[in-house]
Amino acid sequence: MEHTLSEPTPTLDTQMLEVNLGPQHPSTHGVFRMNVTLDGETIVKLKPVMGYLHRNHEKLAENMTWLASMPFTDRLDYICSMTNNFAYALAVEKLAGLEVPERAQYIRVIVAELTRLVNHTLLIGFLLNDLGAFFTPILYAFREREKILDLFETISGSRMMCNFFRFGGVKQDVTEDFIPRAKDIIQRYPKFLDEFEQLLTTNEILMARCQNVGILSKELAVASGISGPMLRATGVPYDIRKVDHYSIYDRFAFRVPIGAMGDVYDRYFVRILEMRESIKILEQAVREIPEGDFLSAKGAAGAKAPRTFKPPKGDVYGRIEAPKGELGFYLVSDGSPKPYRYHVRPPSFINLTVLEDMTLGHKVADAVAILGSIDIVLGEVDR
Amino acid sequence: MFGLGVLKGMMVTLRNFLGSYFSKERLTTVQFPEERIPEKERFRNFPFLVYDKTPEDPRCVSCDICAKECPPKCITIVRDSDSAGKPLKRPKSFDIDFSICMNCGICEEVCPFDAIFMDHEFELAQYGRFEDLNYHKEKLLKSNDYFKKIRPTDAARIDQKRAAKAPKA
Repeated sequence: MEHTLSEPTPTLDTQMLEVNLGPQHPSTHGVFRMNVTLDGETIVKLKPVMGYLHRNHEKLAENMTWLASMPFTDRLDYICSMTNNFAYALAVEKLAGLEVPERAQYIRVIVAELTRLVNHTLLIGFLLNDLGAFFTPILYAFREREKILDLFETISGSRMMCNFFRFGGVKQDVTEDFIPRAKDIIQRYPKFLDEFEQLLTTNEILMARCQNVGILSKELAVASGISGPMLRATGVPYDIRKVDHYSIYDRFAFRVPIGAMGDVYDRYFVRILEMRESIKILEQAVREIPEGDFLSAKGAAGAKAPRTFKPPKGDVYGRIEAPKGELGFYLVSDGSPKPYRYHVRPPSFINLTVLEDMTLGHKVADAVAILGSIDIVLGEVDR
Repeated sequence: MFGLGVLKGMMVTLRNFLGSYFSKERLTTVQFPEERIPEKERFRNFPFLVYDKTPEDPRCVSCDICAKECPPKCITIVRDSDSAGKPLKRPKSFDIDFSICMNCGICEEVCPFDAIFMDHEFELAQYGRFEDLNYHKEKLLKSNDYFKKIRPTDAARIDQKRAAKAPKA
């Protein structure tokens, strides 16, 4: 892409300044580097450098049983392990033709939507951190997130690395206190969101820093394969929960919030609205959850002896609407207990491709805010 | 009015600051080493081995299934043999490298003999990087009573299952 550099003034000899933002920079959310060329403080070129957290996820998975890479999917996007499990389980179930019991479907939707709350709350906290509101919004976000993570720990044994999904259901049935506690959290969450919004939404500093910054056009977003809240902030009502109706999402009434401008503020606000819609889904799901099996008989056999689990030959692409966007798994089976090919389509990596287009012409401080609004997790970007 | 949003935000921070003195909702932290949040029963950290009566007679029959299914391959088992060289159904050595283990709990799920379970112990910092974190059989073996204490529901279920399957002696 061509970028014109501003002409140096004839009287003063100036030159471009190259700055390395990262990899150990607190605003890069991990080990991510931006090679920025600056004209004064204005960005004229930005080159993202990634791969510092590469852990060979795909090839590792091709050398172990189908089930054994489930705990590794937790570590893709380590903030929302439940949805990563969900996407992988969904893809394998599609490949193997496994049925999922009704109760397990509900448990899956509940934990996936709770994960969305966790992710969006945390992201907004971090975005504010990037804007310079040090640690006040993020600690409010952490406080609320911890309540949900406590719930995850009660049912799965681990706060973040849940490893809770199995092919054909979930690992264990939820504990008896899960539904009442989830109800309690769901009931209190709108109050927290109201307070959070009171703190942020009309805040002049936030508006000045975020509005008209990092505008992403609808056309570019669609052409670059952007998904998730970033795409919806540009005004495209595309939500895989609505498009694919995977799992049991067709049973719930919820709306897809969209933005108008596609700037950082829209991305912030779309996420707030999405959390409110998630709460609607959760309210319906905890009300309707039936009794029954949490894992199908075939799935239980596969979990007990992973080496006997051999999906038939073929390939499949399973995708879900993860909090960050479209998370897909492309899997090829050759009929053996190990995947022949295992590919992850990570939302944060693909959303990152438009970083340069959004940041050009902005100040270097805005680049940090724009990066924060993309919502990347380096575990998923580098895999 | 310009600045109203900031003022409203300040009110929120003030409410949270003052509220943290009165409301458990706003102050959720505890003073850690002295005060602890009760452990959840399903909490899993590193695995341990269960024995029923004595540590010399563990449930583990060294079938090697957990070592094979372990995703990061942190378990090493050597089968014991008697003086004539005939392999016995117990491990000679059973090592788990805690610096590799990723607490996924798959060993517990795949074990057909209910011999390995996830522990609640988490304060395991060591000075050495390699050998100190490589736990041997002696350190891994814990009694069934300990298992009953940390995970009563699971232990009761497993005991019931084992009692039903026990050979009529």
